[in-house]
Amino acid sequence: MINTKENTTTPVMSIEDISISYGDDKYAVKHVSAEIEAHSITAIMGPSGCGKTTLLRAINRMHELYPNISTEGKILLGGDNIYEMPTMNLRRKIGMVFQRPNPFPTLSIYDNVIAGYRLNGIRMKKQERDEIVEKSLRDVALWDEVKDTLHSKGNFLSGGQQQRLCLARTIAFRPKVILLDEPTSALDPISTSKIEDLLVELKKDYTIIMVTHNMSQAARISDKSMFMYLGELVEYDNTKKMFTTPTDPRTEAYLTGKFG
Amino acid sequence: MNSDKILKRVLFFSSLVIILIAAAMVFSLFKGSLPSISKFGWRFLISDQWDPTQGSENYGALLFIVGTILTSVLALVIAIPLAFCTSLFVAEYFRGTKLASIVGTLVDLLAGIPSIIYGLWGFYILCPLVVEAGLSPQGFGVFTSALILAIMIVPYATSLSNTTIAMVPNDLKEAAYALGATRLEVIRTVILPNARSGMTASYILAFGRAIGETLAVTMLIGNENAIPHGLFSTGNTMASVIANQFGEASGLQLSALIELALLLFVITTIINAIGKYIIKKMG
Amino acid sequence: MDNIINIGKTAGLLSSIGYRKAKNNIFKILVMVFSFLTISMVFLIIGTLLVKGYKQINLAFFTQVAPDTFTAMMATANGEVIPGGIVNGILGSIYLVLIASVIAIPTGMVIGVYLSENSKKKYACLIRDIADVMQGVPSIVIGIIAYIWVVVPLTKGYSVLAGGVALAIMMLPLIVRSTEESLKMVPDTLKEAAIALGTPYYKVIWRVLIPTSFSGLISGILLAVSRVLGETAPLMLTTLGNPDVNWNVAKPGSAVPLLIWQFYNDPNMVNLIWSSTIFLMGFVLILNLISKWIGAKRK
Repeated sequence: MINTKENTTTPVMSIEDISISYGDDKYAVKHVSAEIEAHSITAIMGPSGCGKTTLLRAINRMHELYPNISTEGKILLGGDNIYEMPTMNLRRKIGMVFQRPNPFPTLSIYDNVIAGYRLNGIRMKKQERDEIVEKSLRDVALWDEVKDTLHSKGNFLSGGQQQRLCLARTIAFRPKVILLDEPTSALDPISTSKIEDLLVELKKDYTIIMVTHNMSQAARISDKSMFMYLGELVEYDNTKKMFTTPTDPRTEAYLTGKFG
Repeated sequence: MNSDKILKRVLFFSSLVIILIAAAMVFSLFKGSLPSISKFGWRFLISDQWDPTQGSENYGALLFIVGTILTSVLALVIAIPLAFCTSLFVAEYFRGTKLASIVGTLVDLLAGIPSIIYGLWGFYILCPLVVEAGLSPQGFGVFTSALILAIMIVPYATSLSNTTIAMVPNDLKEAAYALGATRLEVIRTVILPNARSGMTASYILAFGRAIGETLAVTMLIGNENAIPHGLFSTGNTMASVIANQFGEASGLQLSALIELALLLFVITTIINAIGKYIIKKMG
Repeated sequence: MDNIINIGKTAGLLSSIGYRKAKNNIFKILVMVFSFLTISMVFLIIGTLLVKGYKQINLAFFTQVAPDTFTAMMATANGEVIPGGIVNGILGSIYLVLIASVIAIPTGMVIGVYLSENSKKKYACLIRDIADVMQGVPSIVIGIIAYIWVVVPLTKGYSVLAGGVALAIMMLPLIVRSTEESLKMVPDTLKEAAIALGTPYYKVIWRVLIPTSFSGLISGILLAVSRVLGETAPLMLTTLGNPDVNWNVAKPGSAVPLLIWQFYNDPNMVNLIWSSTIFLMGFVLILNLISKWIGAKRK
């Protein structure tokens, strides 16, 4: 435990004074700054509409798919401002898993895992591809379940399996950071706990940032927690500390179920 | 018997009307074609003779079948890129914007323009252009007809495509974007595979429209009873020959024209059925 | 296993980014150019009509019947505007559409109600398929049908009635499907509320379903009318045309598209083509747009 603590003190990403507005000066995210530690799970919490999903999507610039959006501030990944990178590069370094499992229904399980390579037009030898697929599926503990049906379409998979397939698709690229947007909100409790175990396992290799609606999930698996309210980052601290002794009264109110 | 039961009966019996009409249509066409069918049999389909001279009357549909297929296929080939791009414009690139709804409305208006107006426009504007370009001496022919037909069927090819493209789940597009795909790559790997059957169906339905289109083609194809030997040569389609000769026809010629109509009916029905079948399979 | 993704590959990737972006942009430009090409046809066609036909539009155009070919020839020879108008065609078109509507709208609406009330039944699916097949039948074939059904046995010659029947057959499936679609959009809860109050079924339809979906029904009817108003081919085989205004359903009648066809085939009348076309196009498009507007307002 002490060892991992030491590991988690190096920042891999720093968010510097990010503000995001939709069209008519309505700010979804206001002046958020935070350092994200490597090999940790950071949970972003807050009531709906607090800007947590927008902030998460700003980290791989998926928020730019919304119309009329404008972003101020910068996010540094290994010293480079992500807003000056081509999004195609950035999104390979920062992967994303969505709220609802969304494997590509027209592709086989195998092709889903290497979809990122195919989309980016990377040609590989079959052996290389096979290795990536197996490794990624093993990493998400799905290999044994699907190894005999790799080349059929994944629509017979359960919701939890599909979400793990999406996770495999994301890590197939070896990103530095994985973003998860409420990844278990559409799943049953057993699938949820499987994914949670997996995330704890995966943080050895990756830095994970997840939005969650579920406070107990944040308490169970995250190392650090952010609490956002009305677009502001109210509190950002070690999860244990935030859940035991929150400094801001708004955080306390949220954690004790006063709103949200 | 209470009012509800009466009403249900009335509704049910009125629904029989449409079956009766459809059945009567088939029956009448068949009955009208009987003289021709019994005289020429299957030869009607493969003979390229169309000779109304009294005494040596001889009728075959091959000329017109070839003319129809040639113009319609060419029209579809021209219409698909236009329709494909317009659908992407409306349902993907500018989805939900005012611009998209204006473009969508304008494309729909193309479907509202009467056939005769397309014919006039083709005759007075397009034909001179074709002549000027030195492509054909009078401007009529397969190519001119197909070009106008293409414009006429674009709205049919887009409307269903728009719906299916717009129905591709946003989740999937986002998943592809999150893997670093460009918009073109999202279109190629997510939108097209998911919208393919709907788009195919809409192109098939548009093709069915092209086959039955009458007046614009009649005004532009040159009405020559010969198998077209090139893009710019003249010809005749099943519909155009009916429009041209029906007024003066009688006896066996009339029956042969009705048999052409029966053929047209069967072909368009089969094509539409294929299109609908694909749509149904999509669910 | 861990370093299966080596650095060399990433470097190769970076160089292709510019290429991929360029392809992406070129495709977007392509899409915009082709879309523009498509919609420019609307303007090209309407523009041509307006430029060529505005001179001929005057009051007489809407009040007088079409001139004979000799009068037209003299006027053209003297460089004058061709006298006369298309009133026989305008009234003829309205008459035809009225006849078609009287036949097709009530029948089509009743069938549409049946479909929306029994939407899941196999039999309803059959009816729906038949309506779709009828919608796809080429208009010239419909013309022949009306010729066989009306011209030959009933009116023993070309007649307004035959044209009306042809247009009615074309309208029927349009009305059936648009009625079904707009009734389907009425929420079930509304119907259930009425039924729960003990309202007889016909009253539920008459007082609840039809009023709530009224604008959709109207929009569908207008669209169907605008579709058949410009039809020419089936009228050539049924109503033929008439130089005078005719109200006798058993006699040949005129229609605006038939007049245009006649002008097109008569070199002396060429100048009348464009003004008649403006009129037809304006009429059709306005109906079309009103229908769209009503339909859009519902949503």
